Amino acid sequence: MTAAPLLEIRDLRAAFRGPSGFVEAVRGVDFTLNAGEVLGIVGESGSGKSVAMMALLQLLPAQARVSGSAKFKGRELIGMPQRQIRHILGREIGCIFQDPLSAFNPVLTIGAQIIEAIRLHDRKISKRAALAQTIDLLASVSIPEPERRAQQYPHEFSGGMRQRAMIAMALANNPSLLIADEPTTALDVTVQAQILDLLRRLAQERDIGMVLITHDLGVVASMARDISVMYSGRVVETGSADSVFYDTCHPYTRGLIAAMPSLESVGTLLTPIDGTPPSIFDRPQGCSFAPRCGYALPACHETDPELRQIGTTRAACLRAEEIAAGTVRPTAPLSESLPV
Amino acid sequence: MLRYIIRRILGVPFLLFGVASVAFLLSQSTKGDPLSALVPERMMNNPEIVSAVKAQWGLDQPLPVRYVIYMKNLVQGDMGTSFNTRRPVARDIADRLPATLELVTAAMIIGTTFGMGIGLLSARFRYSLFDNAARGFALLGSSLPIFWSGLIMLYIFSVQLKWTPGTGRLDARSTPPEHITGFYSIDSLLAGDWALLGQTLSHLALPAFVLGWSVVGIVARLVRSSLLEALSQDYVRTARAKGAPERVVLINHALRNALIPVLTVLGFTFAYLITGAVLTEAIFSWPGIGSYAVAAARSLDYPAIGGVTIVGATAFLLANLATDIAYAWANPRIKVSG
Repeated sequence: MTAAPLLEIRDLRAAFRGPSGFVEAVRGVDFTLNAGEVLGIVGESGSGKSVAMMALLQLLPAQARVSGSAKFKGRELIGMPQRQIRHILGREIGCIFQDPLSAFNPVLTIGAQIIEAIRLHDRKISKRAALAQTIDLLASVSIPEPERRAQQYPHEFSGGMRQRAMIAMALANNPSLLIADEPTTALDVTVQAQILDLLRRLAQERDIGMVLITHDLGVVASMARDISVMYSGRVVETGSADSVFYDTCHPYTRGLIAAMPSLESVGTLLTPIDGTPPSIFDRPQGCSFAPRCGYALPACHETDPELRQIGTTRAACLRAEEIAAGTVRPTAPLSESLPV
Repeated sequence: MLRYIIRRILGVPFLLFGVASVAFLLSQSTKGDPLSALVPERMMNNPEIVSAVKAQWGLDQPLPVRYVIYMKNLVQGDMGTSFNTRRPVARDIADRLPATLELVTAAMIIGTTFGMGIGLLSARFRYSLFDNAARGFALLGSSLPIFWSGLIMLYIFSVQLKWTPGTGRLDARSTPPEHITGFYSIDSLLAGDWALLGQTLSHLALPAFVLGWSVVGIVARLVRSSLLEALSQDYVRTARAKGAPERVVLINHALRNALIPVLTVLGFTFAYLITGAVLTEAIFSWPGIGSYAVAAARSLDYPAIGGVTIVGATAFLLANLATDIAYAWANPRIKVSG
């Protein structure tokens, strides 16, 4: 018997009002996360990965239009009234944001903000007990002198300490799901590794399911059980971490992997992906990646392929089989040879 | 923090010294002739009288001497004798300043309360009917000239509806409460005279509202815009992600941050109104410092001009100090060095 997934997202869409009507930043994505597992969502900025998560938490601006389904422990989050989702946010679902300096309120102490997180969901707990709990939380994320630190303001913390405090706050009510939106992007590389270790350890200890949003494949490689790669508002490749890394089918994923620095690539130039992601206001027809793709055929500019099972991963590419089999070599992106 | 405050307070006298000097020199360098206030016109061609008056008021002394005398007296709390009222300027001000302070304080309370409330609701329900109506109301308050809105209000509420009494601080036949603070409202409260308190407040209501309305406009617009700015910040998203209800997000998170610029404006508005309430004072026959200042300026009453300038400057300095202290309190990112 398999239990219901912790988080099951189907055909999630999020649209914003643009100069000429609504434009979709997230165009029908599916994710599944089981309890205690880590799902990595990878993509460049603007790929819609953060928007998708903020959409299901109802944290997008009120003007945004969200549709589809996002079931958390069987409960539909999309369209859930504010009164109800409030009791899930911060209690059963914790969030960690990219820049912990701007994500903390600058005029309140770290302690006050964590105490607030506790007391919002436990009205009976006394301030004193909440403070004691806050100090324990800060200690559990390895913040030294938690009593003193609780009384300090966010600007008195270093970046790494701030992110630890953010993690402590997200964990305040023992959530079963943690959504970490670029948790290490704003940090120094050495601190990044510490924060990732901490996240991994806490998720394991407390059996927390985690959605890890990042633009850095290296981050998810060490953390995630499953990986979904997003491009221009869609999932273009998804599968277990191993299969996405070793049986890569989608040219975009290949590009991301090639662009990663590795020990073997020391002394060589990194291989960037040519071009820039399309603006959501001006998406190309057909596959959004085609203008940057070395494998693109004329057909790629006409049809936008759906995800299909290719070996061990699922990819949205017309030529995925050939690419997986290694029978084709990339040429220059087609867009460059096309007459304008 | 305490050291910072003390240091700032210690600086006030030095700044006042500078202000007094500038005020003195500026008023002395005007082209007008103060004698016209002192000597009746038909005696102006009598040189004996003129020189006697000059000697009496010290106008025969050269400017540097007058300056030194003036500053020496000032240090002892003597601002000289008004040419107009022939009373010590310090006493004139002591009589009139409480009236203005009472009016301005009431106006600030009205302005801040309504301004904050309207700004808060406008930001919460932005682009709603309420928001548009409230913004219109606020805009009217800050753009209608007080000499117009004051007269219209007086006509509607006092003359037509008779909801409020006429002008002045009290009814014509009433005697003021025993002087304790000079605020009639507080003094009558301390005296336990409820009838007088009611009368005081009913007299205060209309001018305070007219003056406060202009403050409502300033405060409401600023609160609204800085709240909207704050609401778009990441920490607001964090608060929502913690499951905070909208009320908590607005008050605990956004408002705390949005208040920082509002504090600055409130401080300066208060100080500005001390001498800037003159139109309201004129329309409502309010015996305050503003009307005194205008009378002094019109007749080149040097001592009175100097006195009012010093009062105005002190108000600004104190408001500035209070603002800085409130600022440091509201914004922990500001490091105050001792």
